[in-house]
Amino acid sequence: MPTALKISGLRITLGGNAILTGVDADIQAGEFVGIFGPNGAGKTTLVRAIVDTLRPTAGRIEIFGEPPGRASRYIGYMPQSNSGLELTALSARAIIEAVCEGERWGLPWSTRRTRREVERVLQLAGAAAYADRSFAQLSGGERQRVMLAQALLGEPKILVLDEPLASLDPRNQALLIEVVARVKEQTGATILFVAHDMNPLLHVMDRVLYMAGGGAILGRLDEVVSSESLSKLYGFPIEVVRAGERVFVVSRDGNVAELACHEGHDHS
Amino acid sequence: MDSLVTYLGYDFVRHALVAGTLAAVLGAVVGYFVVVRNVGFAAHALSHIGFTGAAAAALFGLGPLQGILLFTVVAGLIMGASGDRLQRSDMAIGMVLSVSLGLGTLFLSLYRGYAGQKLAILFGDIFGVSQAQIVEMTILSILSLAALALFSRKLLFASIQPHIAEARGLSLTALSLAFMAVLAVSVSLASQIVGILLVFTLVIAPAGIGLRLCHSFWWGIATSVGVGVGAVWLGIMLGCVTDRPVTFWISALLFVVYMGVEGYKRLR
Repeated sequence: MPTALKISGLRITLGGNAILTGVDADIQAGEFVGIFGPNGAGKTTLVRAIVDTLRPTAGRIEIFGEPPGRASRYIGYMPQSNSGLELTALSARAIIEAVCEGERWGLPWSTRRTRREVERVLQLAGAAAYADRSFAQLSGGERQRVMLAQALLGEPKILVLDEPLASLDPRNQALLIEVVARVKEQTGATILFVAHDMNPLLHVMDRVLYMAGGGAILGRLDEVVSSESLSKLYGFPIEVVRAGERVFVVSRDGNVAELACHEGHDHS
Repeated sequence: MDSLVTYLGYDFVRHALVAGTLAAVLGAVVGYFVVVRNVGFAAHALSHIGFTGAAAAALFGLGPLQGILLFTVVAGLIMGASGDRLQRSDMAIGMVLSVSLGLGTLFLSLYRGYAGQKLAILFGDIFGVSQAQIVEMTILSILSLAALALFSRKLLFASIQPHIAEARGLSLTALSLAFMAVLAVSVSLASQIVGILLVFTLVIAPAGIGLRLCHSFWWGIATSVGVGVGAVWLGIMLGCVTDRPVTFWISALLFVVYMGVEGYKRLR
């Protein structure tokens, strides 16, 4: 298996704040990697460096052997926020058509090839049924599947999904994860899935990238999410609690509720 | 009906129709992007900065259109270069707007010409458009539309999904600069027809209606142009027949259509 993403010695400082102080990771092609960590751990910062909208202060990122800028054609990207279209009647299809080959010059005509490609990703993401309704009128879950469809344009080799589960109810979370897992199955794409809560992803992830305190550790779930390794990463005592199939990361002494609230707020 | 035909025999009515059509078409197309990009207040401010330009032109003996163009294009480029956040910052735009209106007041107080011109600057003088102005407007409209056509695909993409566009290597600042320049020209043209105070009617209202009604980009543009041109023609006719200001009729017609659309949207 070739290396899909190689991060070495990555440091990122934003406005004088050191966000990432040394991240190393080696992710194989075709892996499903969940990226977790508390608020402010630099998950979105890492994503922005991978999709080349943020320049690292030091260190290297290679995507299939190429630097982030040139690797953009390999990447399907689903950003965290997508707003500003609330007052328009633009349909999901119109939005994805605008994104498809949107970096070219000229008028936004959709060729037959574009329309076929847009239909393909809508089907793949299970969003075709409501693609012609106003995007603004869709439910949160429907919108996220449209945004996922957009990320599938051009058959990317690596999918970068920044908190796609945020503000979704458990049923829609499961639906979206199912679609992503199916895409991985069908296309062999590498998945980088940023989330707050790891529980909905336990059955589909190959490995975990856990970020905290400016650093990160990558490995299998039981290696990474253990009291010992997370305590080292956080720099203070952490307890990993297992309840049946589910995993919770809490602070060992003191402020249990707050950390639990950071880690598991989708299920609180 | 007879009287309408008679009116069409007058040069000033025909000139008004041609100039009004040009301003409406350009305003409708450019306005579509203003609404999608959510920079309505910046567009509004640009038109008022045109007032300062017109006042300066009167003072220094330039044509009003030259003065308006100079000030709005410079202001537009500054807004475009200052980045996304500032463009949508009510505070920053409000400050620039008020200082430029203040300057305009100063210029007008220094100018000792015919006071009636002040009203023409503010409320437009559609029946005072000369043959030379029409030539000027036609050239500017064609240049603006051609420029917009060249980068409209990139602009639509960057307006609808800025994060993804940035990740795919588009420069949001360059697009924003180019768009603000085109917007400045169309605002200047519209101010010749409906006056600086009512530029909003031609640049925002038709596009807002098109975007509110249509699911796709091209239908939206077509509706926007249709509504804009229709309102201008009907407004000019009503102005001829009733001897009330054309500017009033145009803004009133568009308001009625807008209310109708909003009501229809809410009822459904």
